[in-house]
Amino acid sequence: MTWDVILATLAAAIKAGTPILYATLGEILAERAGILNLGLEGMMLIGALTGFLICSMTNNPWLGVLAAISSGALLALIHAFLTITLRAQQVVSGLALTMFGMGLSGFIGKVVIGVPIVSYFRPFDFPILSQIPLLGEVFFQQDALVYISYLLIPILSFWIYRTRPGLHMRAVGENPATADAMGISVTGIRYFYTLLGGCLAGLGGAYLSLAYTPVWLENMVAGRGWIAIALVIFASWDPLRALLGSYLFGLVDAVQFRAQALGLAVPSFFLNMTPYVATILVLVFATRQTARRHLGAPTALGIPFAREEKT
Amino acid sequence: MNEKVRMEGIFKRFPGVIANDGVDLDIREGEIHALLGENGAGKTTLMCVLAGIYSPDAGTIRIDGEKALIRSPRDAIRAGIGMVHQHFMLVVPYSVAENVTLGLNKPRFLLNERKLEAEVGKVAQSFGIQVDPHAKIWQLSVGEQQRVEILKSLYRGAKILILDEPTAVLTPQEVRELFVTLRQMARAGHTLVIISHKLEEVMSLSDRISVMRKGKRISTVNTKDTNPTELARLMVGREMLFDLHKEKAIPGDEVLSFYNLHALSDKGLPALRDISLSVRSKEIVGIAGVAGNGQRELAEVITGLRPATSGKVVVNGKDVTNNSPRQVIDQGVAHIPEDRKGTGTVPNLCVLDNLMLKCYRVEPFRNGPLLNLSRIREFAQKLVKQFRISTPSLETPVRLLSGGNVQKLILAREIATFSELMIAVHPTRGLDVGATEDVHQMLLEQRSKGAAILLISEDLDELLALCDRIDVIYEGKFMGEVPAEGEQIETIGLMMAGKKGGTKEPEAASLQAHA
Ligand SMILES: Nc1ncnc2c1ncn2[C@@H]1O[C@H](COP(=O)(O)OP(=O)(O)OP(=O)(O)O)[C@@H](O)[C@H]1O
Ligand SMILES: [Mg+2]
Repeated sequence: MTWDVILATLAAAIKAGTPILYATLGEILAERAGILNLGLEGMMLIGALTGFLICSMTNNPWLGVLAAISSGALLALIHAFLTITLRAQQVVSGLALTMFGMGLSGFIGKVVIGVPIVSYFRPFDFPILSQIPLLGEVFFQQDALVYISYLLIPILSFWIYRTRPGLHMRAVGENPATADAMGISVTGIRYFYTLLGGCLAGLGGAYLSLAYTPVWLENMVAGRGWIAIALVIFASWDPLRALLGSYLFGLVDAVQFRAQALGLAVPSFFLNMTPYVATILVLVFATRQTARRHLGAPTALGIPFAREEKT
Repeated sequence: MNEKVRMEGIFKRFPGVIANDGVDLDIREGEIHALLGENGAGKTTLMCVLAGIYSPDAGTIRIDGEKALIRSPRDAIRAGIGMVHQHFMLVVPYSVAENVTLGLNKPRFLLNERKLEAEVGKVAQSFGIQVDPHAKIWQLSVGEQQRVEILKSLYRGAKILILDEPTAVLTPQEVRELFVTLRQMARAGHTLVIISHKLEEVMSLSDRISVMRKGKRISTVNTKDTNPTELARLMVGREMLFDLHKEKAIPGDEVLSFYNLHALSDKGLPALRDISLSVRSKEIVGIAGVAGNGQRELAEVITGLRPATSGKVVVNGKDVTNNSPRQVIDQGVAHIPEDRKGTGTVPNLCVLDNLMLKCYRVEPFRNGPLLNLSRIREFAQKLVKQFRISTPSLETPVRLLSGGNVQKLILAREIATFSELMIAVHPTRGLDVGATEDVHQMLLEQRSKGAAILLISEDLDELLALCDRIDVIYEGKFMGEVPAEGEQIETIGLMMAGKKGGTKEPEAASLQAHA
């Protein structure tokens, strides 16, 4: 293999990792506040479809992204209402959301299957930075949404660890009764971060249909939402580690894609399987580590809160 | 003195119980007001209403004569009310400074750890509270954690501070320090409400005392016009004896013995270092010591909950070293653990299930592979009555019981199923005077019936009243043994601080016999 091929594969890895990254970051925020949202896959699908529809109608991919973000938030709002206000089981509500998203997007999306769009997010050379040898080619000849995701990492890390709202968010995920007794609005914070998580999941979905493969295909998220949920644990709820994990998965994806293109004598089923096998391996590895070092799962994750109920 | 707080007609109902049944209470500015009452009388509920945790079904609250609407903890904080809960409200992975400033909007956005810690440190110093603002909560002792809780309220400018059983988990030394702090605060014009079950403490600390029974306030008295006997009668509604009858008993055969035990703590550090002891039937052996010197680990090693790294545990002549808890239970060993919610009960299961945790496997509670529910129910009902566990029903989840009633439930289960040996760790912590007396009575009864009891406690009075001999543990080693007699209290105190002493090395004779 030549340098060119390696660099191109790495660049493709980043591209493939970006939708997972967005979803993982969203889930990290919700879980940090104590809400487990297994509806990631559904929110991504609805995001991908809404983004695609609006973009094909307006010819403006940015409007598409905006619509995807809003639709993700809307679905997350359902989850928030069910689990925070009505205190329903978070696992059940999340699963329902995923099935809802799959069904609805499959149904509405029928009309646009195979329809091409003219304007979508195309890679462009980032001024100056793209000239850096090797790195420039991998990281800075991407599209706008990838560049935004780079920015998101330091912003979120800073938000979570260095600011007062971040401290309050973590407190709500760790010990909601204490946060409440200190006058923090547990409900408000949980709603906010669940919705924010929905926004990012929607955005991750839109990346698939507006940048990665600018078409709509039924069920095009193809399990990336589930991979993101596994990655949250692997990343131990940390944005920077989420970035590494997502790109790792992107790499698996890119490599198997290339292997298929090269026509290796391995059945394509096996290659298609690799990201999911990798997910299982990551989970086995990460949870063993978690058990050993208590890698920061929010203590109150998945547990509904009501002031007058003792826990 | 001005009236600071007036609560009128406070009514609070939970599913199945009326926790507060029209309570009136007035608290004066600058006083230390003690709140007494049996387990489940509604003390915690009443104070949680004041702190905005529970909203009352009826009733009004006046602060400084003005009607105050307290609908959330935030309202309470704004009204100058702070509460230190029975189970601390702290975010364990956070630092002291982060906990103290949690929920405040200053600084609004950016957290500058160093500045925050300096600020918190300064305020702590001004109140004479010693804590390291940089330390993480999990690194602190229980006493230090409590100081953080108090600081949290003071930092918010609380004028009224409520403490729910603050001394239940403290060592005698820490209690003294706490009282110094509290008196200082009262002198500085703070108003204090303190819930406690320890009558002597209440007598020495408070200005006035209110007694609650069954959700009502029975009376309020000036501390200097009353005495413990009267208080106990008010609380329980019957005359208390305060007089334990410890019969002379001649110890029988060795039931428990352990030799050269070593074990590690949760953090992986040596917690037990080469300790040996034996307990015979008809004998209560006490383990005294400051919390965290290996008491918990010792109880866990004996009951199979923690592996011994070396050494040997023998129960009834059978080697049970590192056996499973089930095997140990089958040897007739009962355990009253220190950690009630984690080890002692399954908080989400109901009273019935928790009572049956140990004996569901045996006849007559079992019917082939099925449970004999009618027998179980009958049995549970009997225990609830006999041990005066106050619960709305047998189906109530244990997490909803008051602190003292959870402890009674554990006692009921362990005493009902045990035969030979009991390991009791702080069996009366958090119990009211009536229940404490009941427990003491029961332990002595079991002793007369031939049980061997290992009693781990920090309450020297309790140890002296119940035990036949007392061993003092310090940093995982026995400092020596003394007979349980009042004049030994000085010696015990010295040994608790790490000085070897006592009349003899614990059970050296029997050890040699074994070797
Ligand atoms: N959140 C709750 N939900 C349901 N029942 C509750 C709740 N809190 C308290 N109770 C019930 O209300 C009654 C009063 O409880 P409370 O905790 O106020 O008693 P207490 O006087 O503080 O007792 P203790 O000395 O044992 O702490 C008890 O019967 C208890 O089971
Ligand atoms: Mg209480």
